[in-house]
Amino acid sequence: MIAALVRRWAVPVIVVAAWELATRRAADVFFPPPSRIVARMHDLWFSGPVAHLWLTSDAIGNVLPSLGRMAAGLAGALVAGVVLGLALGRSGRLRAYLDPLLQFGRAVPPPTLVPVFVVLMHLGPPMQIVSIAVSALWPILLNTADGASSVDPIQIATARVFRLSATDRLVRIIVPSALPKIFAGLRLSLSLALILMVFSELLPGTADGIGFELTDAQSRSDLPTVWSAVVLLGVLGYLLNTLLLALDRRVLRTYRAALGGADR
Amino acid sequence: MTASRSAAPPIGRAGRWLRGLAGLAGVVAISQLLGVAGVVPRQFLPTAADVLTRAVRLAGDPEFLANVAATVRAWAIGVALAVAVGVPLGLLLGSIPAVGLAVRPVLEFLRPIPSVALIPLVSLILGAGLATEVTLVAFASVWPVLFNTVYGLQGVDPVPRETLRVFGFGPLAVLGRVSLPAAAPFIATGIRLAAAIGLILAVGTEILAGFGDGLGVVIAQAQQAPDGTTDVLAGMVWAGGLGLVVNALLAGGERRLFHWHVDQAGNGR
Repeated sequence: MIAALVRRWAVPVIVVAAWELATRRAADVFFPPPSRIVARMHDLWFSGPVAHLWLTSDAIGNVLPSLGRMAAGLAGALVAGVVLGLALGRSGRLRAYLDPLLQFGRAVPPPTLVPVFVVLMHLGPPMQIVSIAVSALWPILLNTADGASSVDPIQIATARVFRLSATDRLVRIIVPSALPKIFAGLRLSLSLALILMVFSELLPGTADGIGFELTDAQSRSDLPTVWSAVVLLGVLGYLLNTLLLALDRRVLRTYRAALGGADR
Repeated sequence: MTASRSAAPPIGRAGRWLRGLAGLAGVVAISQLLGVAGVVPRQFLPTAADVLTRAVRLAGDPEFLANVAATVRAWAIGVALAVAVGVPLGLLLGSIPAVGLAVRPVLEFLRPIPSVALIPLVSLILGAGLATEVTLVAFASVWPVLFNTVYGLQGVDPVPRETLRVFGFGPLAVLGRVSLPAAAPFIATGIRLAAAIGLILAVGTEILAGFGDGLGVVIAQAQQAPDGTTDVLAGMVWAGGLGLVVNALLAGGERRLFHWHVDQAGNGR
């Protein structure tokens, strides 16, 4: 147990210690030592009153709006992606008609969508949420379609024999067997949503958000704050991914049990 | 979801092409109708035909092509760097378990950093220009190469490896003759994923920089122009087209090189 813990954390600790020593010795403004970055992160975001869970007003004014917009965009992408994906997955004909458009939609690098929505909707949270949603849509959509099209035909036939209604077939067979693919798509979408959350806030003219803090600090050449924002985003990305993995395991276990060992 | 539909024969290759073209034509026609009927004001959202015409016309504009070439160059150098770093590092981590286990936590912290968050930092350190763009592309696209290399090594059949070892081949020879060829299809998939992510960073960095050369710069400047919506959308079509073409080239290369690989059938997407 302890040996495993040491093995897991020895190298990260050594790396951070070496980074600290090297940056202190170099005293380069561009590379502040990690201890200074952590201190800045604490000052900026986590030194608030206990009543606010130690969050500062800066954290409440910038970090929370960012996360809220990302959640809204991702939720929109999830709903639209699953609904459209199920329709596409169950109809080979629809898939054939829309395939070139879907391939193109997926190939467009998401940052180019942001200027499109800036022109169409002007700057502001709605534009940011739509940018996040449209970028995060594709992995969920295509994975759901893939999962829904590869349902075991015997299960569908069995359901017909037992005269399950179309809704029952959808809820009891198609969605559960597409679920592993939907979750795989959701994890890809999460990392895209995080990228777009930051990107949509980096554009000049935004009012708040972690990305706004980043550009603001960049324009003041405040490097410790720039580094702090990067580290915070790394931690957020790690936590969100871990959360999704845990959810993934939990939900899939339930559904696998419900499917009675048909673990596909 | 009726019985007759699910019993219908699968659509052939020609049928798929025809239907795809019909789908595209349908979208262009609908957007044209909406534009002509005035449902959507054309200054606000140009029709698909307008955008496509502009995109085609841009192909004859040498200045625009030079910008596309600048993006492609930064993208290619960045992905090449990512491969040059990611493959050897992946081989090291994948073939020596102790090293892999030790370094993993560090990588797992670095990987979730959304790469666009590094744009302001790298721009401050390296200044605006090719070096910044290449660094960002390389950072973002190294992960799929690295992790796919490690993953590919995990699936290597131990029997040929041990056989070679018994015959007295050193670890490097075993790596070169067994492990690397066995992992190659996974590495190739990693490179294809890396190319897609690299394009995101290349164009994204250019859009934020707003000046210099590159497709992203063209898009960012069109966004500032009073009547630039068509140009912004035409730029988007070009960016998507670049992504499609490179993806198709890499996927085709994978199919040709690794047609023997078991995963290829389900992996050609």
